[in-house]
Amino acid sequence: MNKIVEASHISHRFGSTIALDDISFKIGEQELFGFIGPDGSGKTTLFRIITTLVVPDEGQMTVLGRDSVKDFRSLRGEIGYMPGRFSLYQDLTVEENLNFYATIFGTTIKENYRLIEAIYSQIEPFRKRRAGALSGGMKQKLALSCALIHKPSLLVLDEPSTGVDAVSRVEFWEMLHKLRDEGITIIVSTPYMDEAMRCDRIALIQNGKTLGIDTPDHIRERFSQKLYAISNPDIYSLLLALRAEKAVHSSYTFGENIHITLAPGATTEDLTKCLEEKGFTEAKITEIIPGVEDTFLELTQK
Amino acid sequence: MIEEKVIEVKDMVKRFGSFVANDHLTFDVYRGEIFGFLGANGAGKTTAIKILCGLSRPSSGKVTVAGIDASHSPEEIKKRIGYMSQRFSLYEDLTVSENIEFYGGIYGMTRKEIFPRMDDLIRRLDFEAYRNTLIREMPLGLRQKLAFSIAVFHNPEIVFLDEPTSGVDPITRRQFWEMIYETARNGITVFVTTHYMDEAEYCNRVTIMNEGRIEALDTPARLKERYGVSNIEELFLLITRPNNKKV
Amino acid sequence: MKRFLAFVKKEFLHILRDYRTLIIIFGLPVAQILIFGFVVRTDIHDAGIAILDLSKDEVTRSLSDKLSSSGFFNITANLNSYNDIDAILKKGKTKEVIVFEDDFSAKLQHQGSAAVEIIADGSEPNVANLVTNYTKSIISTFSASLNKGEPNMNGLITTEVRMFFNPRLESQFMFVPGVITLILILICALMTSVTITREKEFGTMEVLLVSPLRPWQIIVGKVTPYFLLSIVNVVLILLMSWFVFKMPVAGSIALLIAECMLYILMSLSLGILISTIARDMQSAIFISFIGLMLPSLLLSGFIYPIENMPKIYDYVSLFMPPRWFVTIIRSVMVKGVGLAYVWKETLVLAGMTAFFILLSAKRFKERL
Repeated sequence: MNKIVEASHISHRFGSTIALDDISFKIGEQELFGFIGPDGSGKTTLFRIITTLVVPDEGQMTVLGRDSVKDFRSLRGEIGYMPGRFSLYQDLTVEENLNFYATIFGTTIKENYRLIEAIYSQIEPFRKRRAGALSGGMKQKLALSCALIHKPSLLVLDEPSTGVDAVSRVEFWEMLHKLRDEGITIIVSTPYMDEAMRCDRIALIQNGKTLGIDTPDHIRERFSQKLYAISNPDIYSLLLALRAEKAVHSSYTFGENIHITLAPGATTEDLTKCLEEKGFTEAKITEIIPGVEDTFLELTQK
Repeated sequence: MIEEKVIEVKDMVKRFGSFVANDHLTFDVYRGEIFGFLGANGAGKTTAIKILCGLSRPSSGKVTVAGIDASHSPEEIKKRIGYMSQRFSLYEDLTVSENIEFYGGIYGMTRKEIFPRMDDLIRRLDFEAYRNTLIREMPLGLRQKLAFSIAVFHNPEIVFLDEPTSGVDPITRRQFWEMIYETARNGITVFVTTHYMDEAEYCNRVTIMNEGRIEALDTPARLKERYGVSNIEELFLLITRPNNKKV
Repeated sequence: MKRFLAFVKKEFLHILRDYRTLIIIFGLPVAQILIFGFVVRTDIHDAGIAILDLSKDEVTRSLSDKLSSSGFFNITANLNSYNDIDAILKKGKTKEVIVFEDDFSAKLQHQGSAAVEIIADGSEPNVANLVTNYTKSIISTFSASLNKGEPNMNGLITTEVRMFFNPRLESQFMFVPGVITLILILICALMTSVTITREKEFGTMEVLLVSPLRPWQIIVGKVTPYFLLSIVNVVLILLMSWFVFKMPVAGSIALLIAECMLYILMSLSLGILISTIARDMQSAIFISFIGLMLPSLLLSGFIYPIENMPKIYDYVSLFMPPRWFVTIIRSVMVKGVGLAYVWKETLVLAGMTAFFILLSAKRFKERL
């Protein structure tokens, strides 16, 4: 598999703050690769290094077979980049924005229209509207179109779904899948753990370090213990009760359930009994398969 | 337990010219409830919240917040509520203690009231090391927790949270919600909007807005049963994208 | 009341922690006092004057000595003919020429009066007035003292004042060139500094950098529309000064516009340099406007002549582009000189432009 991006021991600092701490990874052709982590974990800095905007303090970043520091000129122009916060020209129309980006990359809208058609057709009715007057979801589609218009072989999207409602987010990921199938390698960052499942491979990142790099399923398999879910009408009371139980090792809320792991030697029967004694008669314990977020939480706590 | 209404909204309409942002909204919120307010961007959530916070007057309808009529005395509402927004909540060039003092002060607390409560807050959040740190030098997750604590510092009747956990790490997010639970237990009503669908499950009741109207309002459990879905995200997609039902 | 005080306290904290507001509150008044105190002078010293002595006798020599030792004047040249007057006034260092008519003392003794002609550079009306008034008063004191000493002398020295370049001493001849200087540098520097920092603030700069566009293309691309629009601006201002203020252009209009274009280019490059320093639009506006305003207004020689200021201000003003341009525009518009007289100033402006551009190119980060 051709390596599209190869990072080797990348570290970077801002003053006394460590933004990235010895990061290494490889991303192959036609992969939809996700960096999953909260704000401040280092995703944006990493992306700026990949797109040649920042020179890393340590380490080497090879993109499309070239060094990101030495060959930055030739790389710029082959990467499609969508930084956070929809960096479009708010006072230009949809059409003007797209035209501008096409032109500075030496192409025209017509040339690569096929590539962006599925996305752009949704905002085309608004093509004479100023970008600033678009909704979050539409801005996102426009930014994506602008990033794609020059048919890059690598697409780098920094938190493209932040601030966008759930509906647009689902549509957006469907579009990404289609693009990957067309042959574009895509690197995405997101703080939403559920979006991790839609990537081919992911890297969990927190405080500048990667906690794990693998397919989403393999990451889930890394969860070291059995995981159980308990539900109860009053989640908070249950949570407090569980925290007080010696039999419970960890407990985290997950929507209507609480995910728990047991202390060594404890059994679910023990726990059920303890809970019933405390008055939680409706509590049902079922074993579940860990999700990416469960693994993230476990890895963070280590 | 007598369920006391802290917010009553009946047929509220808000118009901007010919555009109807809120179209005959009717709902109630009870004391100590965690009330979730969901909806796509542009659905009218922000407009409605502004009215409930006393920042804007409804075009028509009856809105009562903490016993005050929002059409007549929106200013009075502000004294009884707390507010925390994702975009802004704390002054970055002030320290933790300065922010607390400031917000306590503008809500009318005396120095005698502020200082012991501030010490208590700092202790509970384990922030002693940050007491004199400028906000801009604190990590995001801690900022959000502090912002929430400050929003309820003056013991308001209701606290409005606008996407409080956006971008925050999973652990802090959960700690944040535990703070919300604790707050609701102490009788403060929490009115929260969020894009995290799993957080909708943490609420006592949830409402989903679409195109200016309330499309669903009930407990998460009953809503899921009624619409035959297994989680709130499915419900959300069902309601806000009925025509485009690509599964 | 409590709420109010809490708010006031917070505002104090904001102010004290932001260097920009501190500069405005403390720095600006101090700067203004220093500048106004020393710049606004209604007295003169070392003003350049030239003498055309057609008599060269005791009286004229005595009067010349009186003038040169008064402390107000500095004799720059002794001319030989009327033809020299125009040239020396155009050069700019000389503010007035004093002409003693021939057979001065003879006329004084036998005819009872002799005339002194004072020909002043009217392109700076303030200065011209000051200088001629001082001259007249020295002459009349001298005239009175003459009669006291010598019982035979009973003569009156008369003075006649003529203003070159601006016969009616109209003030717009002073302020129109100055206003053009001020407006152009403020607006041009402001415009380019803001447009670049705005891209930085909105994040679009990141995307531009990752594109094939080279930094010089970005910069030139940003400067070009402003350059063209500024020329239109200049033409408008000149038309307005012609029709509304009745301000003529004594020199070549082509030269005037060419010099304006150079000055505009200089101001735009200064704006680019500011944008490489400023982090965001607010800082850019702060530096371009507030930072440039005061020096351009007071230290350029626009209103208050630099010759009157303490030497140190004189040296400082050498670094101010407006100072050089004020000389150029005044010379060309009011005195009607050609490039030969202002080549030095033009070269300085061109040099400053090149300097700003080179420095900006070095500083413009192709990376974040």
